[in-house]
Amino acid sequence: MSTALKAESLSKTFSVSGGLFSRARPGVRAVRPLSFSVETGETLGIVGESGCGKSTLARMLVGLLPASEGSIEIAGKALDTADPAAFGRLIQYVFQDPVSSLNPRKTIRQIMEAPLRLLHGMDRAARAARIAEIFGSVNLRDEFLDRYPHEFSGGQAQRIGIARALAAAPEILILDEPVSALDVSVQAQVLNLLARLKREFGLTYLFISHDLAVVEAVSDRVMVLYFGAVVEIGPAREIFTSPKHPYTRLLAASAPVVGRPLAAPEQKDSELPDPLDPPPGCAFAGRCPRASDLCRREDPALEPMGETRLAACHHPLED
Amino acid sequence: MSAFLKLLFRNRLAAIGAVVLGLILALVLVAPLLPLPDPDATATSERFARPFSEGHILGTDHLGRDLAARLVHGTRVSLAIGLFAALAAAVLGSAIGIAAGYFGGRTDNVIMRAIDMLMAFPYILLALAIVAALGPGLRNALIAVAAVNIPFFARNIRGITVGLAGREFVDAARLAGMGHTRIILSEILPNVLPVIVIGISTTVGWMILETAGLSFLGLGSQPPQADLGSMLGEARAALITAPHTSVVPGLMIFLIVMSINLLGDGVRDALDPRLKSGALARPRATTRVDRRGPVPEEPAKGLLDLQRLETQFHVGKRVYKAVNDVSLHVKPGECLGLIGESGSGKSVTALSVMGLVASPPGAITGGAVRHDGEDLLSLPYDALRRRRGEKVAYIFQDPLATLHPLYRIGEQMAEAIRVHHRISDREARARALELLRAVRIPNPESRLGNYPHEMSGGMRQRIGIAMALANDPEVLIADEPTTALDVTVQAQILALLDELRRERGLAILFITHDFGVVAQLCDRVAVMYAGRIVEQGPTEEILARPAHPYTARLIACVPELGEGKRELAAIPGLPPVVDSLPPGCAFAPRCDKAQEDCRKGAIDLAGTGTHDVRCLHPEVTP
Repeated sequence: MSTALKAESLSKTFSVSGGLFSRARPGVRAVRPLSFSVETGETLGIVGESGCGKSTLARMLVGLLPASEGSIEIAGKALDTADPAAFGRLIQYVFQDPVSSLNPRKTIRQIMEAPLRLLHGMDRAARAARIAEIFGSVNLRDEFLDRYPHEFSGGQAQRIGIARALAAAPEILILDEPVSALDVSVQAQVLNLLARLKREFGLTYLFISHDLAVVEAVSDRVMVLYFGAVVEIGPAREIFTSPKHPYTRLLAASAPVVGRPLAAPEQKDSELPDPLDPPPGCAFAGRCPRASDLCRREDPALEPMGETRLAACHHPLED
Repeated sequence: MSAFLKLLFRNRLAAIGAVVLGLILALVLVAPLLPLPDPDATATSERFARPFSEGHILGTDHLGRDLAARLVHGTRVSLAIGLFAALAAAVLGSAIGIAAGYFGGRTDNVIMRAIDMLMAFPYILLALAIVAALGPGLRNALIAVAAVNIPFFARNIRGITVGLAGREFVDAARLAGMGHTRIILSEILPNVLPVIVIGISTTVGWMILETAGLSFLGLGSQPPQADLGSMLGEARAALITAPHTSVVPGLMIFLIVMSINLLGDGVRDALDPRLKSGALARPRATTRVDRRGPVPEEPAKGLLDLQRLETQFHVGKRVYKAVNDVSLHVKPGECLGLIGESGSGKSVTALSVMGLVASPPGAITGGAVRHDGEDLLSLPYDALRRRRGEKVAYIFQDPLATLHPLYRIGEQMAEAIRVHHRISDREARARALELLRAVRIPNPESRLGNYPHEMSGGMRQRIGIAMALANDPEVLIADEPTTALDVTVQAQILALLDELRRERGLAILFITHDFGVVAQLCDRVAVMYAGRIVEQGPTEEILARPAHPYTARLIACVPELGEGKRELAAIPGLPPVVDSLPPGCAFAPRCDKAQEDCRKGAIDLAGTGTHDVRCLHPEVTP
């Protein structure tokens, strides 16, 4: 198997806005240096709570945000430009809110034609043929092409968003919460469509979600983010059943499950650390029942634990 | 386009404006064809002829020039200059605004500070300075008027563009390979165009006035050329002896500016998308109750008892049956889950209880809502208002939207208490502290002084719950209170609600779309589809043995943690729109068990009384 995407100590620091005449001050570290790779044909799930940096990471990976440090390699080629068009042919993005990701004043045909014309320079006939082919594979009817985005339901609009991403013929798709705006009965339709498209086109997915059950259902491996850093990576089957990091366990214990009695899984202060003034040591120490002085002093590095797992914890959980 | 015109002419004042402006425009357009004398031909012997005198229908001015001819040609010049200045200001101002808003950062900062400086001068002073620098003349007056109006467009359009530039479709366009110019022209511009049109339509009148002002001061049109401002300026000396020389151009300016402003306001209102949905019509303080049938007189089963409730939305000719024959009850200390997908009517059901559905377009058209046996829908507004918050309280999905952003938490909580109880500041503060402790907020004293934006989502939702508890209500209606929260925070909020109902004997109506949440918190559950309850019963029984095919298939769709990678069950198709419900079962088109009889008549909710189902061919018999 080859590596489809490789991120090497990728980080993003947002400068705290200075005025016209003031210098930029040291900023907020939205993503702390993190490294990971995704194999061709794999689905990597990325989970984490709001503010953990998952959307910032995704936007860096498609070139919408320039990275502060680190490098991104797609199919063995380094992408050090921040030109979304250079990224566009290799990696595409499916947005969370299907309706707001479609320009309300353009027809679906105009929206679909842009990547074909600009990224692949196709002529009119080739474009029409390609659009018909893609629409067929995402189960959309051709008559939708001359309508405007507001005429579609959430599930249809999300399929149009997926079709637009596929039109660029990328190798990798970043799916940023692609089903969280949809109803459960429609959510399953979209997830199953994504699974089929992956087989048909040999795609590689990065699937970002806050819903652990959805991530587990679609992913091969899962990466857990907390406060802009990776706390654990491992196979989806194992990571939630036998977590190594206490934060992963907290996440798994918080997901509502039929038949499990209701109990608040943590009683401590559940606030995230202040991103402008991050604490020394492990960012999770303030909420962690296993935290020791070592944790409050030194930030744990991401280290292998077992054959397939990596976790960043001084006191990992035993099986 | 025809819809726009229809909307525009529904506004009678705008229609009058359009007609008057249309007549004036027609007059000046055909001016060269009219049998008018030369407007610049002087005849001092005929000076100051009165209106309706021979050969001069509007009289003559101080040089004996025909006023009618000068008026028509002057109006022509004034209108042309005003329109052209408005267009120039709109084009330049919008370009500046779009550039500043789209590129942001330092570009935005530099451009907008320059615009601010331009705005710091009084506009007439600025216009005078520009004309003074360039010299008098119509062209320079036009430049001056356009220049002083650029900031108006730049600031307006920048604001809109900043909002658009962060939208996802702009990101999508960049990923589709578009460069900045192409994005601005094809993605941003079509979306700001209506705002630009509104801006032009509301400022054209103003710009005509400004041009006339400059001409009045002798800085615009130069003699002998006529425009409305210079006609007024020349007539100033004879204001008392020959008033018609000033009244004629004055009236014309009045007519033009008035008609343009009326039409402009009409255009603005017609283009405003909020007006199309009827949202600008102010809703009443309580939902209109217009029961077509008798009030149900069944004995109440619980503390809160909804009996055959019907709520509809009337939009134009369409009738949306959002809530249709819904009966629910909840006892003290009990938690009833109301589950359904978006558009199933679950939130409208909840809002109908206390008459909070916006009216128009909403109306309660049947049924009863009994609290402690008394029908809330028959109560006068004052009595209903006293019960809102005091007996029945609400928690909503987004606490950021329900808390006032400009007041401190402590002040908002005190206000919620004071609406129902006359107590002192000190008592209100003590009560607020007690409530914050009840919802387990750490450091409650310091939190009272916080603004809503200073708190995390979970903390804000705790405040929302604390405010709902402020007056010790008996019933709590929670509308998706944890949907916007992270899972770890959601677990804490659910545990808190569970404790509160056990400690205080609260009756909770919990609205959600999540079966996992229902399973953990609710004693009983009612499933809604297309405005009707399709199944209700004890939670455990429904989860274990769902009777309605919709319930069964919806439960199968919910992915659960611990089952590994797999194909998920889906329900094909979409829920029906509630303004055109099929006869019979609304789920029949998506149901694999549907038969001929499902599509015919209405189906009753039937069963044992504890577990009921609205289905002719249930999965199991309850």
